[in-house]
Amino acid sequence: MTVRKPYYERPSSTWWLKRWPYRFFMLREISSVFIAGYGVLLVVLAMQVYRGPSHLADYVNFLDSPVMFVVHAVVLVFALLHTITFFNLTPKAMVVRIGEKKLSAVMMVTPIYVAWLVVSALVALLFLL
Amino acid sequence: MSENTTITLEVARYRPGVDERPTMQLYEVPLRDDWVVLDALNYIKDEVDGTLSYRWSCRMGVCGSCGMMVNGVPKLTCSAFLRDLAPGPIRVEALQHFPIERDLVTVLDDFIDKLESVTPWIVRDEPEPPPEDGEYKQTPAELATFKQYSMCINCMLCYSACPVYGQEPEFIGPAALALAQRYNLDSRDEGNDLRAMVIGSQNGVWDCTFVNECSEVCPKHVDPAGAIQQLKLVSAVEWFENLPGVPSRRKK
Repeated sequence: MTVRKPYYERPSSTWWLKRWPYRFFMLREISSVFIAGYGVLLVVLAMQVYRGPSHLADYVNFLDSPVMFVVHAVVLVFALLHTITFFNLTPKAMVVRIGEKKLSAVMMVTPIYVAWLVVSALVALLFLL
Repeated sequence: MSENTTITLEVARYRPGVDERPTMQLYEVPLRDDWVVLDALNYIKDEVDGTLSYRWSCRMGVCGSCGMMVNGVPKLTCSAFLRDLAPGPIRVEALQHFPIERDLVTVLDDFIDKLESVTPWIVRDEPEPPPEDGEYKQTPAELATFKQYSMCINCMLCYSACPVYGQEPEFIGPAALALAQRYNLDSRDEGNDLRAMVIGSQNGVWDCTFVNECSEVCPKHVDPAGAIQQLKLVSAVEWFENLPGVPSRRKK
């Protein structure tokens, strides 16, 4: 008679490197770290505004460097990734039914993108005018 | 495609009591246009090596028995055509995240326990009336709210795709939670409170990090990831409703 001896192996800590969907998930998750990091930059900015014009000028000088430009560009990419993936997952978490029919994912997501563009345009106008 | 063309299958073998760990064995099988991976395994079993063990039954994506890792992705082998995987080699392994009983056969006990834990049947507060008193009526709109989640065939591909289940085997997991949502949404059911304890538990929906691969690999488009996110919303609302002085508005 064959002996039962089930073989079990826990996934390695590098499981997420094996397939692109898992790598993309990790990118999505790590995007929140970049957004939190940028939040720190903004909090410091608010503190410098509170401390006075000379402190603010020093901070603006600090931000006005090639390194900080690259940091901003990287944060922007991750912020876009975070936002777009978050928007695209909304129809999964929220189900809107009209009778027997489920509102399509496109119908759910489109208004969010439109609202995003409108709010972004308004913010841009505030700074340009 | 020529009948003489062959394709290589790398098949994981594990013989309990003999092998310390699974090893790969190579087989050459005919590359036929209408063959799926399961046909190739049946060819090996019938013509080449009768010791190979694996589960299968219907061969038409209904029974959910033949789920395996095909080139690292959980798939029903009855639906994975060799022609789509050519020129090969095709790597066939037991579903990951489950203990391997032998070769491509996994141990199902944990999955079955998890299914049972969510009370996957219609619960009524009062005892069932006799059948002659009539059926529980349900409108097509009421049926539509949960029908998608009732299509699960328990193939376990979603558990195999879920890295959370891999890292934390205590996680109740995609199929069982989708089934909980199926009964919670059923207008005939009154068992939400019973399931809430499991759904909102430490190993329930809050373990899910929304990788979404469970839904991607699901052969029946059940979308367990969606069900889990909806249950998170329900669980959060229930938490607020359980605060002192907040009236409950949900189905029992």
